[in-house]
Amino acid sequence: MTGSGESGGSGASAMPLTLRVNGTEHQLSAEPRTTLADALRDGLGLTGTRLGCEHGVCGSCTILLDGTPARSCLLLAVQCAQFDIRTVEGLAAEGTLHPLQRAFAEEHALQCGFCTPGFLMTLAGELAATPDLDTDERLLKEVLASNLCRCTGYEGIRRAAISAARRMRMERLRSS
Amino acid sequence: MKPPPFAYRSASSVRQAVDVLAQAGADAAVLAGGQSLLIDLHYRRVRPLLVLDINPVRELEGVRVDTEANGGMARIGALVRHRELESLPLGDPLMRLLGLIARYVAHPPVRTRGTFAGSVAWAHPAAEWCALTAGLAGAVETSSAGGQRRVPADEWFAGRHHTARRPDELVTAVWLPLLGTGAGVGFAEHRRTHASFAMAASCAAVRLTTGRVTWARIGMANAADVPVRAVAAERLLVGNSVSRALLADAAEQAVAAADPVPEPYCSREYRRQALRVLVRRSLTAAVADAVAS
Repeated sequence: MTGSGESGGSGASAMPLTLRVNGTEHQLSAEPRTTLADALRDGLGLTGTRLGCEHGVCGSCTILLDGTPARSCLLLAVQCAQFDIRTVEGLAAEGTLHPLQRAFAEEHALQCGFCTPGFLMTLAGELAATPDLDTDERLLKEVLASNLCRCTGYEGIRRAAISAARRMRMERLRSS
Repeated sequence: MKPPPFAYRSASSVRQAVDVLAQAGADAAVLAGGQSLLIDLHYRRVRPLLVLDINPVRELEGVRVDTEANGGMARIGALVRHRELESLPLGDPLMRLLGLIARYVAHPPVRTRGTFAGSVAWAHPAAEWCALTAGLAGAVETSSAGGQRRVPADEWFAGRHHTARRPDELVTAVWLPLLGTGAGVGFAEHRRTHASFAMAASCAAVRLTTGRVTWARIGMANAADVPVRAVAAERLLVGNSVSRALLADAAEQAVAAADPVPEPYCSREYRRQALRVLVRRSLTAAVADAVAS
């Protein structure tokens, strides 16, 4: 993370930084130019967040910032100190898979798995904001089109999203 | 794909931000949503010595409606994200138009960060928000240590990624006129894929009285190296009864005002033809919207 760059020694040295990731505060040191994605992967070893295109197109690096999906390749780590960051490593609660993770397995919504963390985090954030996402075909399509998957053809992912949305609503109705 | 080195500072007030800019000037890049700046940094198309983060500046948040100013204006603060514009409380048809267009800007997880004012500051010719700001003859509010000014859209956009912003100025808001009850709005865009920038786009707003156009605004994206307001087309519409032929004539006038930049897979003539169709579609939608409301 201390990569020298062609104009190293410009005075832009590493800064101390606290990131709150999946409920735990981590102290690290990062250059201002370090993206949140690189800080998570290289600084904290949280390699579940994937880096594909590194310019906001593929969505593999999507994480939750205060519950809202965002591209971690388009955020500087130093600007994220005030946020509650959630990555795919924090999706399962105490060893129990998140309904989205279960649905992805059941519906064969992944093959190589590279894009899966991005899809899971995008959908986790969208389902929190729109629990009946499964009933809004236009929005669901738009959300799924935010991320690239080159294996599955999206149909399995769409089925998984619908199945997880229904299951989560059902759970909520049962416990309310 | 890693940014070049730079120093980082964050500001918590406009005052603080403009003090930094007064000193740093063109050496600084302002970070709001960062959804274009970070890409430019990754590609090293820009190499600022300082990135000034304005995200903590609370006074730059929110859309405010000022019904007193010039028949009513909406002030979109510099930290208003695209996502917020998708579902503004209605009240004026402008809010409906913003909601209509917001869905064409990038993807949902990018819209949660990217800002309206940032797009207007970045001034990409294909940007929907630039076309809207130009088409509605909005204005850009800036602050510097020397004070505040409001630059009309036609003076703001000076070229591709080129605006009237001085290096010591911070864009604090974009002002758009309210359209008034009964106004109809429409938007049409063509792009190669869901993830592409607009190849061309048109936004339109009209007011009708008993089938006759009393007021019209048309803004086009990618019609030139700056967003273009189709003034001659607006003039042609006003005072006339709506018909298919009238809207087609207006589209023709709009195309005459365009000076498209040729690109691979998109010649000047192709883009003109696309604009001809898109202006007509956006006008047709705006008329239908006005009739329905």
